[in-house]
Amino acid sequence: MALINPKKKEVQVKIVYYGPGRGGKTTNLEYINKKFKKRIQNEMVTVKTYGDRTLFFDFLPFDIGEIKGHSIKVQLYTVPGQVKYNATRRLVLRGVDGLVFVADSMDLRREMNIRSLQNLKENLETFNKSIFNIPLVLQYNKRDLEEEGIPILSTDTLQRDLNSRLKAPSFAASAVKGDNVAATMKKIIALTVGSLRKKLE
Amino acid sequence: MDFTIEFDKQQIESIENILQEELIDLGVQSVILMDLAGNVIVNLENGDSSHDVYSLAALAAGNYGAVSAMANIIGEQEFSLLFHKGEEESIHFSKVVEDLLLLTIFNKNVSLGFLRLKVAEAIKRIQVLI
Ligand SMILES: Nc1nc2c(ncn2[C@@H]2O[C@H](COP(=O)(O)OP(=O)(O)O)[C@@H](O)[C@H]2O)c(=O)[nH]1
Ligand SMILES: [Mg+2]
Repeated sequence: MALINPKKKEVQVKIVYYGPGRGGKTTNLEYINKKFKKRIQNEMVTVKTYGDRTLFFDFLPFDIGEIKGHSIKVQLYTVPGQVKYNATRRLVLRGVDGLVFVADSMDLRREMNIRSLQNLKENLETFNKSIFNIPLVLQYNKRDLEEEGIPILSTDTLQRDLNSRLKAPSFAASAVKGDNVAATMKKIIALTVGSLRKKLE
Repeated sequence: MDFTIEFDKQQIESIENILQEELIDLGVQSVILMDLAGNVIVNLENGDSSHDVYSLAALAAGNYGAVSAMANIIGEQEFSLLFHKGEEESIHFSKVVEDLLLLTIFNKNVSLGFLRLKVAEAIKRIQVLI
């Protein structure tokens, strides 16, 4: 639920990066934090466990300027990917306006991607939301591993596994190198904010 | 896109007035009215300090959700008082209505008992507005 403050003429939009553990969600936000430092007034917040894994979420507030006289504050979140943290994933999804699903391109992670997407679908249903009509972008991350000779899934396979019914926009990306990280983010912001325009007339 | 709670300009101004009178004038440093998605609806500061309210709201929403889930596990509906005490500053959370929280940050000059009383009064006044 995006929040509009008609007095300050400000809109807050919540975008969540979802996906299997170690797929690169936190790395996406870290890259954005570095790359767009000027637009980010506050520090990135990370709630970590021992060993650098996301326990609760990462949070990055991001100003994207004005639309129809309203300043738009985008709040980027990640969820913890590990299976055991489903309760916290659900808390982070509360009030979500747009989603990026970060899939791991490594061969070994094929099943985990599918399970995580299914888990997202189920968690959205607990909030009476459908994965089919919420703004969504898929990111096939870690494409750079191919150069290192590590077996990765083809984008066709990933499309078939994850996107055959959703038909969401998708990007082949490398979060460590920064390839298509900004493009993924811009796409989800455009989709999410696009659905807001009417409301701001 | 769904908007669960909407506020018009006048509601926001009325809420600001209540929070100013009941809490800021009492000596509270900072008040945030927020929803459980982590959105900041109203924020007032007394001018002595400034906080990163968006990050605070994101963390508070997660914290409140986690504590509520803990309450459910032990068979409680909710824990009514959420309070974190620091050396200098403390944070107090209170539910306003379903999905809305009031977060106050205050220092040693304000007693917890008095704060709770004033928070309860502010909440009562806000509830009739929304
Ligand atoms: N080679 C490669 N490694 C990546 C990429 N993105 C993330 N990683 C690595 O994968 C691991 C998990 O990343 P992280 O962002 O913590 O995953 P999260 O659990 O989804 O938040 C880290 O060691 C990252 O450096 C990528 O695009 N390519
Ligand atoms: Mg992470």
